[in-house]
Amino acid sequence: MSEAIVPRHGLNSRPYLLVWIGLVALTAATVTVARLNLTAFAALISIGIATVKAGLVLIFFMHLKYEPLILKVMLGIALLALSLIILLTFSDVWYRWGAHVHP
Amino acid sequence: MRNTVDRNEGSISEKHLDYAGAKMGMWIFLFTEILFFGGLFLLYSVYRVKYLADFHSSASELDIVLGTANTIILLTSSMFMALSISSLRKGRKGRSILFQLITIGLGVFFLVNKYFEWSAHIHQGIYPDSPVLLDMARGRIIFFSLYYVMTGLHGLHVLIGVAIIAVMAAFTQRETVSPLDFVKLENTGLYWHFVDIVWIYLFPLFYLIT
Repeated sequence: MSEAIVPRHGLNSRPYLLVWIGLVALTAATVTVARLNLTAFAALISIGIATVKAGLVLIFFMHLKYEPLILKVMLGIALLALSLIILLTFSDVWYRWGAHVHP
Repeated sequence: MRNTVDRNEGSISEKHLDYAGAKMGMWIFLFTEILFFGGLFLLYSVYRVKYLADFHSSASELDIVLGTANTIILLTSSMFMALSISSLRKGRKGRSILFQLITIGLGVFFLVNKYFEWSAHIHQGIYPDSPVLLDMARGRIIFFSLYYVMTGLHGLHVLIGVAIIAVMAAFTQRETVSPLDFVKLENTGLYWHFVDIVWIYLFPLFYLIT
């Protein structure tokens, strides 16, 4: 195996610990926000915090930061496909059965 | 250690390794997993819009403390998984195996909590197709059905992950997985982190949105 094939990044333990602290802090934050009962925005905030946590896991634990561009593009397409499927279906359903029908 | 490998000569030890290809294959598998769970998340969001009140009242019956504990457990296990890979690459085989065993332990801990959680619901008569559940409002039936399917499918992934990490720990011990060829362990890590990400979304959707 040549030097170029095996990556040399991600050997330091410190970043992993820092990311873990961040993830636990965000978990505490999302539970606190849920307890505050911000009804209208609670769901959006929860999903937002979850997405930040998922991003931290992807970038640092899964080393996405060091992956080649092609892999990032492929992941982007997969996530975009999922987002579009959910967004389009969700908007259609919201329009039919939205909060005005079932308060 | 890497420097001792002769690049031109390797008649006996020559193995066809494709580090980048092996990892890309794992990622492509994870894309199929994203869409697999994605379909269920789609069902969840559609029915949540239709039965908002039922979803909120049902979600408040789940145990936030247990859910939060399980979140911390999985996040911590992910960190140990990542540390086991970096330890191995630094040549610390014993420490890598220890971290893999800790990851397994935390995964089992997660499943034990899940067992108690499900037992409590089943004890109340809430399980798929139970008479108590079928008597409830339609939205509540759907909420608890999705709860069992999604956390059950996730739990199955945790179980599979634990089994694969156990195999990896044995591979590391036998040096099938080594500082020179660790892509199997790294791909196992990718799977484990993916399972963690699924839980990161399941937790607010089922426990927090009340």
